[in-house]
Amino acid sequence: MDNSFILQLATGTLVGLGAGYVGSFMVLRRMSLVGDALSHVALPGIAVSLLLNINPFFGAFAALLLVTILIWLLERKTEIPSETLVGIMFTLSLTLGLLLTPEPELLEALFGDITQIQYLDFIITLVSVIAIFIVMKKISEKLMLGIVSKEMAQANKIPINKINFVFLFLVAVIVALGLKVVGTLLMGALVIIPAATAKNTSVNLSQYTKLSMVFGVLSAFLGLLAATYIGITPGPTIVLTAGIIFMVTLFFKRK
Amino acid sequence: METILKVENLGVRFGEDQVLKNLDFSVNKGDVLAIVGPNGAGKSVLFRTLLGLLPYSGKFEWAKDLKISYIPQKLAIDRELPLSVGEFIKFKQKDKAKIINILKSVGIGAEHQNDNEHYLRHIEQHVLNQRLGWLSGGQIQRILIAWALLDNPDVLLFDEPTAGIDIGGEETIYNLLKKLHTELNLTIFLISHDLNIVYKYANNVLCVNKEMICYGIPATVLDPNSLVKLYGGEAGFYQHENHHG
Repeated sequence: MDNSFILQLATGTLVGLGAGYVGSFMVLRRMSLVGDALSHVALPGIAVSLLLNINPFFGAFAALLLVTILIWLLERKTEIPSETLVGIMFTLSLTLGLLLTPEPELLEALFGDITQIQYLDFIITLVSVIAIFIVMKKISEKLMLGIVSKEMAQANKIPINKINFVFLFLVAVIVALGLKVVGTLLMGALVIIPAATAKNTSVNLSQYTKLSMVFGVLSAFLGLLAATYIGITPGPTIVLTAGIIFMVTLFFKRK
Repeated sequence: METILKVENLGVRFGEDQVLKNLDFSVNKGDVLAIVGPNGAGKSVLFRTLLGLLPYSGKFEWAKDLKISYIPQKLAIDRELPLSVGEFIKFKQKDKAKIINILKSVGIGAEHQNDNEHYLRHIEQHVLNQRLGWLSGGQIQRILIAWALLDNPDVLLFDEPTAGIDIGGEETIYNLLKKLHTELNLTIFLISHDLNIVYKYANNVLCVNKEMICYGIPATVLDPNSLVKLYGGEAGFYQHENHHG
């Protein structure tokens, strides 16, 4: 194994880990589609970064953050479910991104290319995933209470809107991190599938979040190994691995 | 009698829609106040307003340093939600002995209480390690009551304690509330559709249908006149609804 492959494996598994953790709460909050759609929002951000010649992570993150804030505001003001709002935003941004992205880079932006990963990308990923863990640990109980009953959480003086915003922010971070690994079209899957898999097999919250992380890591790790061994594109292979694990756990589903 | 809540000319409006108006009442320490009214009368809105969660006009004032606990209308907890009862309780209280005590006092696993060791095992296996969503409606209500009691509240706001619970369970939930009321000297506000419950358990009743229709001792104020005003028409006398308002 050469250095660049180790770098890819390390970055990929870190992203899988973070995606598993954040994704577990997205699934509980019925935001599966949101994750999928949000990842598409990153495309115009990537396009602009390419045009300006800066690290696509930052462009993608900026675009995601902008849309996240918009969704959060609209959700509070209108009570329209996030899924509808995101559905509108996402098709629009995808269109914009397709028009803006230079054609040679389009495929990479859509499906990621982890072989292009640099040392700096690894560092950004490492720091961000650590930050995600610290923040998630702090807010996860409050998020959960908000899922059980928003009113009860509010009556217990939990600033539910603020917590939701922090969470959406984390979603934006993890989606942006995943773009290099699996690309804009597939990042939603890496956030959702490990969590959905864990939900099949767990009774309590701590087991669920841990399993979700484990499945995230496994998908990234095994997917990358398989892609390299067989010689196919890593992004889709990672997502396919996640899908296979999901199928297998269906047989162990708790009733 | 110590007054713990004073409400004057309270009103709530959602945009153009006046949901509540002209509410004037006060509640004394140790009261059991029942709030009755048809669906959509604004009863739950009144609770949320008193908790400070909604904008309002007029005024209301709680006594100083009161701890208020709130149990919302029947929670639709997804069976698939991966959250165990134990985890849910630990959001508030990590001390095992305290948790067991509270569970005992709300009558969880009452049939196993004579043998302590057996009880602990039963609670661990069949309650704390279960998914919250797997419990029956009555058990969920008991867990929610336990959860509310963990704060050592002075006041309990309870929205439809028995929505979605079968008749037998309904009776015991009210008996439990009655017991807690006496033992813990709680002041209880409860929203109910069932006038029998009001007569049996409440010493004060507030009838609301967007505005205040009556307020006082149930036997005195719940006369045919105010019932017609409250529920509209003769049919009102027999109105027993099981869904929420």
